[in-house]
Amino acid sequence: MEGFLKAALASWEALPYILGGLWWTAGLILGAMALGLAFGVPLAVAHVYGGRLARRLVSGYVWLFRGVPILVQLYLFYFGIMAYLSELPALSFLPLSSGFFSAVVVLGLTSAAYQSQIFRGAMQSLPAGQLKAARALGLSDGQAIRAIILPQALRLSIPAWSNEYSILLKDSALAFTIGVLEVMARTRSVAAVTHQPLPLSILAGALFFFLTWAGIKTLKRLEAKVRIPGYAHQGTL
Amino acid sequence: MDQPAILRVENIVKTIGGQRILDDVSFAVKKGGLKVLIGPSGAGKSTLLSCINFLSPPDSGVISLDGKPVNGKSKKELLALRQQVGMIFQDFNLFDHLSAMENVRVALIKVKGLDKRAATNRAMEELARVGLADKPSLYPAQLSGGQKQRVSVARALALDPKVLLLDEPTSALDPELIGEVLTVIRDLADEGMTMVMATHQISFSASLADEFLFMEKGRIVERGAPAVLLSRNSGSRTQSFCAKLSELAGDASCEIAS
Repeated sequence: MEGFLKAALASWEALPYILGGLWWTAGLILGAMALGLAFGVPLAVAHVYGGRLARRLVSGYVWLFRGVPILVQLYLFYFGIMAYLSELPALSFLPLSSGFFSAVVVLGLTSAAYQSQIFRGAMQSLPAGQLKAARALGLSDGQAIRAIILPQALRLSIPAWSNEYSILLKDSALAFTIGVLEVMARTRSVAAVTHQPLPLSILAGALFFFLTWAGIKTLKRLEAKVRIPGYAHQGTL
Repeated sequence: MDQPAILRVENIVKTIGGQRILDDVSFAVKKGGLKVLIGPSGAGKSTLLSCINFLSPPDSGVISLDGKPVNGKSKKELLALRQQVGMIFQDFNLFDHLSAMENVRVALIKVKGLDKRAATNRAMEELARVGLADKPSLYPAQLSGGQKQRVSVARALALDPKVLLLDEPTSALDPELIGEVLTVIRDLADEGMTMVMATHQISFSASLADEFLFMEKGRIVERGAPAVLLSRNSGSRTQSFCAKLSELAGDASCEIAS
């Protein structure tokens, strides 16, 4: 019992250090979501409107990143691809040997695969008349997709997107394996000193829970804010 | 009357899924003219309209606007054609995420390159023209069917089209809302807008049309002035089709509204 109290006290003292990991976790998740969005939207557009070859390429990409475990990808990128690229002088401006950079890239590319399918579903759920009307007005396909299709599809994607956020957030805990000092890494290193992993695991769980809650709340607010007037009560009784 | 045709449709053939939807269809509209496409559903009326602006490109045949044949392979020519040929759809196809005014404005900015203020002014004018000056900020989901269709007319008119294609503009409307849309169409005809309209509102369009084109199985099987085709003893397909429609609807006879 005395040992547990001692460990709890040590953990308490280490709290600022552990909380500091929140910044790294937040950085991972924001970077990965942004990268996933930036890649996911063009992938989805290519999938839906790009013809057969584009659809095949996107499908291949999605299969690849959906099929390989995040942990395996982290190792492949950090110890393999990034290590190799870091020797190219042309890329020296990128922090290729940083674990954080590798983790953002891996999580972002994986998320792009999942996000592309979210956006694809949303685009395909729009009535065909939307694109037809835009074309009939003389908008080019690119203009129609940007001005008419995406603004609607992205709105419809928010609920699924917040799901993706919560999954990605927890996947980000794996980044400790390549030395990123995020929440998980810090609780583990404190536990290694106190020899009492349980309270620290509970703390890590609570912190991830908090980040999930805060993110999903924010996205719910965004969803309400961009809701199209008149559709407010669609789907409710 | 030997004014040249503003829109000429020649020998259009369109096959979809192995089925011949349009089989050698030709007609021409003069400036200010109104051609009305009549016929049973599946006759090819909608497909013909969407061949004219290449939303559904014809397999063969020629579409000419102002005497110039349109090259369907050229993206640039297609976009230019669509700017000059407005289209009204049966189910409106308003952009759901844009207000009434923004629906009218979007192509003015994207296609015509107007700045925001000029485009807004123009959009407001067009909304006023269809009697919706007081509803610019409402979204499609907040408008009635008749109002939505009037917004879509304003949206098409804003681009100053030379020809307007109307694909059963009142077919998706509740009966009590049809009148307001027909009034707008009548005003357009009176102002000299060139139109091609597919419709089942035969007696209404008879008073406006210069020619009825009766379509069946992808062909124009009968054409002529409404008064001739609809006269009681004409024995025309148009007459019997119209009689059948009015019998089903249970309303009066299939006469020409004066």
